[in-house]
Amino acid sequence: MTDTITLAIARYRPEREAEPTLQEYEVPFRQDWAILDALNYIKDQLDGTLSFRWSCRMGVCGSCGMMVNGQPTLTCAAFLSSYLPGPIRVEALRFFPIVRDLVVDITDFMNKLKKVKPWIIREEEKPLSEGEYLQTPNELDRYKHHSMCINCLLCYAACPVVGLEPSFIGPAAIALAQRYNMDSRDQGAAERLSILSGDEGMWQCTFVGECTEVCPKGVDPAGAIQQYKLTGATHWLKSLLLPWASK
Amino acid sequence: MSSQPHYTAYHPKWYRRPVSVWWWLERWPYTKFVLRELTSLPVGYFALLTLWQVRALVEGEAAYQRFLARLESPAFLMLNIICFGGIMFHALTWFHLTPKAMVVRISGKRLPDAFIIFLNYVGWIGLSAGIVLIWMRG
Amino acid sequence: MEVFSHDVLIVGGGGAGLRAAIAVAETDPNLSLAVVSKVYPMRSHTVSAEGGAAAVIKSEDSLDAHAYDTISGADWLCDQDAVEIFVKEAPPEMLQLEHWGCPWSRLPDGKIAVRPFGGMKIERTWFATDKTGFHMLHSLFQTTLKYDPIQRYDEFFVTKLLVDDERCQGVVAIELSSGKIVTILAKSVILATGGCGKVFPFTTNANIKNGDGMALAYRAGVPLKDMEFVQYHPTGLPFTGILITEATRSEGGWLLNKDGYRYLQDYDLGTPQPQPVLRSMELGPRDRLSQAFVKEQEKGRTLKGPYGDYVHLDIRHLGEQKIDEKLPFVRELCLKYVNLDPVHEMIPVRPVAHYMMGGVHTDIHAATPLAGLFAAGEAACVSINGANRLGSNSLTELLVFGARAGKSAAQFAMEKKAKEHAPAVLAQAQDEESRLHERFLDKTGGKERVAALRSEMHKTTEECAGIYRNGSDLDKGAENVRRLQGRFGEVSLDDRSHTFNTELTAALELSYMLDVAEAILYSARARTESRGSHQRTDHPERDDVKFLAHTLVYQRPNDAPRIEYLPVTITRWPPGKRVYGK
Repeated sequence: MTDTITLAIARYRPEREAEPTLQEYEVPFRQDWAILDALNYIKDQLDGTLSFRWSCRMGVCGSCGMMVNGQPTLTCAAFLSSYLPGPIRVEALRFFPIVRDLVVDITDFMNKLKKVKPWIIREEEKPLSEGEYLQTPNELDRYKHHSMCINCLLCYAACPVVGLEPSFIGPAAIALAQRYNMDSRDQGAAERLSILSGDEGMWQCTFVGECTEVCPKGVDPAGAIQQYKLTGATHWLKSLLLPWASK
Repeated sequence: MSSQPHYTAYHPKWYRRPVSVWWWLERWPYTKFVLRELTSLPVGYFALLTLWQVRALVEGEAAYQRFLARLESPAFLMLNIICFGGIMFHALTWFHLTPKAMVVRISGKRLPDAFIIFLNYVGWIGLSAGIVLIWMRG
Repeated sequence: MEVFSHDVLIVGGGGAGLRAAIAVAETDPNLSLAVVSKVYPMRSHTVSAEGGAAAVIKSEDSLDAHAYDTISGADWLCDQDAVEIFVKEAPPEMLQLEHWGCPWSRLPDGKIAVRPFGGMKIERTWFATDKTGFHMLHSLFQTTLKYDPIQRYDEFFVTKLLVDDERCQGVVAIELSSGKIVTILAKSVILATGGCGKVFPFTTNANIKNGDGMALAYRAGVPLKDMEFVQYHPTGLPFTGILITEATRSEGGWLLNKDGYRYLQDYDLGTPQPQPVLRSMELGPRDRLSQAFVKEQEKGRTLKGPYGDYVHLDIRHLGEQKIDEKLPFVRELCLKYVNLDPVHEMIPVRPVAHYMMGGVHTDIHAATPLAGLFAAGEAACVSINGANRLGSNSLTELLVFGARAGKSAAQFAMEKKAKEHAPAVLAQAQDEESRLHERFLDKTGGKERVAALRSEMHKTTEECAGIYRNGSDLDKGAENVRRLQGRFGEVSLDDRSHTFNTELTAALELSYMLDVAEAILYSARARTESRGSHQRTDHPERDDVKFLAHTLVYQRPNDAPRIEYLPVTITRWPPGKRVYGK
C-alpha cells in the first residue's frame, strides 16, 4: 500500500528565472485526496511559495484547471488514486501565458467572451408586468448543455488552433454564442453570425474535437461549432441565391 | 540551469511556451486528426483517377483496356491499396463525427449519436450492396 | 502609488455585486463605475449555490405568506419592514433575471416552475435544475458585459477601506498579477464580498469566503450585526463539506439515522409521510434539522465514519429519471466525491457551516452607518434572515438588495460634487502600502505559519462556536481568538515575491477571518438565550424581553469588542412560536 506519491510541479518565478523548471514534492497518499488537496498540502506544509488558483473545490467555479500529465484537467475533480504510482506532472494550462507557477493569464479569453455578445439581444423587451418569456422544456433542452460552461478553459488548452492561431475566438466563447443563438428568447443570431463568420470566428475551427473530449461539464463546444458552421454555410448560400430575402 | 530573468519591479514577464512544429505528434488525438486531414490527398487522388477512367472510357475500348492494364502494375496496386486505406479512414472518422454536426430531434428528444452513426453505416452498406448488384447483373 | 478614481466602486463580483453594478449603470450611465474582485467574477461563490431562489409566483401564494414564512423561519429576529420590501421586490427582480436570459426550469406550458423548499408553506422556489446559483451568476455576469460603463478590476485584492471626513473614500488594493499596490478612490463604495464560512473547518463554502468585506467594515468602525448566527446546512458531504442541496429533500428525500429511521419526527417536526409535506419533517427549517442531528449524535444513533459522524440522505425512491431531471448535479457530486450512485445508495451527510446570517449592519437602503459605504448580499445584514435563514431566500436577496445598494450608491455619488481628494486619504493609502511591506513582504524574523494559525482558529470555532454552545466554551473561544490575533503579528511568509503571491493573500484572509471570528465569539457570548441557529445549552429558552434585538459588535483596537443592542423592527407580525410539522 502506497504511503506517499510524488508530484513534479512546473515552477515559474519571473523574479528569479526566465523559464519554468520542474520541482518535485512528496505528499502523503490518501484515497480521498484530489490533486488539489495535494497542492494545498504542499503549500501549507512544504513550500508556501507555490501559487495556484482554486476556490470551490467541487468542479463548478472553473478556477483550478491545470495540465496533469499533459492532459488539461480540473485538479479538484482528479484524484491521486487515478495516477498511481506517480510521479504526477502538474503544469500550468497550455496555450496561455504563464504569470507565475500554475497561474496563467486569461485576459485574452475575457476579451473574446465579450466579443461574441453573450447576452439576450431582443428588438423589443417584454415589460416585466407581462411576466416571463414562455419557454417550453424542449426549447430549454436545445441549448441547456451549452449553458453549462464554467469557463475553466480546459478546451482552450486542448485546442491546437488556439495554440497556433492566437486570434481564434475559441471553443468556449463560440459555444456560449451558440447557447444564446439557440435560446428561444434571443433574437441576436444575425448579429453574432456576422462576428463569428469573420477571420477569428468559427471557420478557424478544423474540428479536432479535443475540446469536447476534455470538457468536464458536457458543454460539447465542438458540436456547437460544427452546427454553427452548418447554420453559417446555409445562411451564406441563402444570401447568395436569394439576395432579396434579407432575413 | 535557467537563464537570467528579465524582471523589472511590478512588471513580471509572462512566459509563453513555444508551440513546436511537431505539436501534432505530442498526443494521439492530434496525430489522428492530422492523419484524418491528410486523407484529403487520397480522396483527391481517387477523384483524379476517376476522371482518368472516364476519359479512357470515352476514348474507346482499346484506351480503356490500356487503362485497366496500367492499374494492374505493382506500383499502382500498392498506391491504390494505401489510398483505399486512407479513404476508409476518412469515411469512418467522418461517420463518427456526423452526429456532432447534425442534431436530429424527434418530438423534442435528441436522437442518440450512436443511431446517427448507425444510419451512416446502413447508408454506406446499402449503397455499396446496390452498386454490387447492378454490376453483377450487367 | 497609482491612484484611480471612480464615482461608485463595488467590492466583490458575485451575484450581489454584479446586480448592483447593473443597477448603477441603469440609474445613471454617466457614472464612472468599477467592480473590484479578488477573483474573476465567474469564480465568485454564488456559483456553487444549487437549490433555488424564492419569489411569490403561484396564484394561491401571497406576499404576506412569504413574509410570514421568512419571519417565523428567522425566529422573529429579522426586521419586518425589510422583509416586506424583500418579498415585494422579489418577483420583479426574478422576472428581470429571466428576461436577462437565466435558464429557469419550466412547466410543460413554458411558464416558470417552482419547487417546495424548507420552511415555506407554499412552493415558491424558482430553480434552474440544481445549479441555480451557477446559472444566476453566469446570466448576471454575461449581462454586465453589455453595459459599457461597468469597468472591472479583476484579481485585485482589497486590503483596506479609506475613511476620511466621516465618509468612506475608497480602497487600497493589490493587483495580484504584478503585486502593485494601488489606491481606488470613489464617492460611494458597496461591499458585496460574501460570507465567511472558511472561519469554520467544515463548510460548504469555497476558499475565497473569508469575510473580507465584513472585516474591512469592522476595522473602519462600522458595526457588524448578528454575527453569532451561523447557519449549518443539514446536508453536506463528510470530509469535503460539499453541499448537497436542500432540493434533494424538497423533491422527496428522507433523512435516516443508523437504524434507517426518519428521526426528524422525534423533534417536533411533524409525522413522516411518503410525500414531502411543506414546513414539515425534512422540509423544516435548517437550524432545527442541524440541531436534530446533534441530538441524534448524543443519543448514539448516528453512523460513525472516518471523518466523523453522519446520517443518511435517501433519495433512491425518487427513481433514476427524476434524479437525472431534477437533481443531476447531486448525482454527479456523489459519484465523483463519495464514489456512490444516489440512485442505488444512500448519501452520507452531516451538518456543515454554510451561511452567515450576520454581516455588515445596513438599513433597508443597503446603507451602513458610515456615509458612502453600502453593503449587500451575504456580507450585509439588513436583516431579513434574522436568526435562521430559509433556503432559497439568499439568492433572491442578492438581487433585491444588490439592486437597492446599486441605486442607493448611485444616488449618493450623484449628490456629491467632484472634489480634490484630501491628502489625508492618500496618506492613509501610503501607510497601508508601508504596512503591507513591513508586516509581510519585507518582514524579518517572525515564526508563525499561516497554515498553522488557521488550523488553530478552526479548532477554536469548531469546538466553541458549533451548533450547540455554552458560556464557558464561548469564553475560552474568545480568549483563543485574541491570542491568535496576537500570534498573527509574528507570521512569516515563505513567499516574498510580488507576482501573484497567494501566500500573502492567504495571510491577509486569515487576518480577516480572525477579526470575524472575534465578532462571532463575542456576539455569541453576549447573547444569553437560544434563538434560531444560536443555541446555548446554558440558556435554552428564547428571551424576547431582553433579546428581541440585533447584536451590534464594534471593534476596539487592542481590547475586547464593544457590544450594543438594536431592537428588531416589528410591523405586522408580533413574536410567536415557530411551528413546524402541523
